[in-house]
Amino acid sequence: MREKQERIVITFYTTADAMAMEKAARLHGIDGKSISAPRAVSADCGIAFSSPISEKENVMRLLSESGIEIQGAHELWL
Amino acid sequence: MYYFDHAATSYPKPAKVTEAVCLAMNTMGNSGRAVHEGSLKASRIIFEAREKTAAFFGCEKPQNVAFTCNATEGLNMAIQGSFSSGDHIISTDLEHNSVLRPLYERQEKGCTVSFLQADSMGNICYDDLEANIRPQTKGIVCTHASNVTGNLLDLKRIGAVARKHHLLFVADVSQTAGVFPIDMKEMGIDILCFTGHKSLLGPQGTGGLCIRTGVEIRPLKYGGTGVQTFLHTQPQEMPTRLEAGTLNGHGIAGLSAALDYLNETGIGNIREHEERLMKKLYHGVSRIPGVKVYGDFSAGERAAIVSLNYRDVPSTELADELMEGYGIATRSGAHCAPRMHEALGTAKQGAVRFSIGYNTTDQEVEYVIDSLRRICQ
Repeated sequence: MREKQERIVITFYTTADAMAMEKAARLHGIDGKSISAPRAVSADCGIAFSSPISEKENVMRLLSESGIEIQGAHELWL
Repeated sequence: MYYFDHAATSYPKPAKVTEAVCLAMNTMGNSGRAVHEGSLKASRIIFEAREKTAAFFGCEKPQNVAFTCNATEGLNMAIQGSFSSGDHIISTDLEHNSVLRPLYERQEKGCTVSFLQADSMGNICYDDLEANIRPQTKGIVCTHASNVTGNLLDLKRIGAVARKHHLLFVADVSQTAGVFPIDMKEMGIDILCFTGHKSLLGPQGTGGLCIRTGVEIRPLKYGGTGVQTFLHTQPQEMPTRLEAGTLNGHGIAGLSAALDYLNETGIGNIREHEERLMKKLYHGVSRIPGVKVYGDFSAGERAAIVSLNYRDVPSTELADELMEGYGIATRSGAHCAPRMHEALGTAKQGAVRFSIGYNTTDQEVEYVIDSLRRICQ
């Protein structure tokens, strides 16, 4: 298994919101990727967006500016 | 074959549309069902299609675009999901059965429906709209253009009335999307239903709804969404609320390419081309003795449709002669628009519909005029 790193993980209600986040992050040069929503924070399946914890501020600013609806924001070791 | 049935489906599709479908069939997984490359690719392509669709129709955001397998499915969702027993709905005689039958179904469930009457030219009287509004009126459902005559309805004018009286406005843009500019905000449209395979030039099996934020539609279908798995109900959030089951991702990839084609070509250029050929066809065939053309050709803008009959010859016989003798493909009969034909007085005879697309040529139009002249000698 890979060594775990602390990350900021955003979960969504819809795949469309997850895709909106992925695209917006790419446009704003934010490091991150789409992952399966971790069971630790959501038993709902779906796609989450995971970034290194160092990007937390940028991720939260992007979410607030873009109006993308999220289910939750979590700090996790993944 | 000389194809004059673009109002049924555009044909052939732009090369980039078929290429996009083929590529998707060989590279796409199932959108929203996993995060492997194939699935993510599908999710990205579909999201991009939502973005393009939202921009194309002046819809607030891509999340407000739900894909369906055709306009009929979208219209059923909009009509069955918005109106309940006791509600009064206003519609028109111009409608296709994709609007009429869901409305009749609502009548059986306790709704009442008023239809704005069309005259013998296929036009409605706009003053009738406000005159039909009652305290129980919940919404207006109407097409942008008759699929029989090509006459347009003024959506902006109807939308202004809907807004003034706080009514839900559902527009069916199946016959106009891809040719005429459509802006939900400007036209005051709350729910816009479209098909992908007509003048949007996409594949059959695509379509959808664009919804104004805040408009609630009860789902018509319930099922897998890839998200909120343990919820017993369909998720509340758009577009998942209206997208149970696997989407037609391959078709949507084609629709996305079709929107690129339309944006690159410019719908103004498409409209100009179709309008010019429609007028040429109209002027050519309307001079043939015994030919009667339906619809209002004095209007400034109209969809590129010329429907006609020759004396009392059944429309099916004339269409067969055009196909068998001259290789000209048209659509005869009642075009799934019974009220329109009743208003035109053609319920029994039907009509032969010629519809023009962006790839129709001057030579083809001249050939049609000449062929019809020979048949009608």
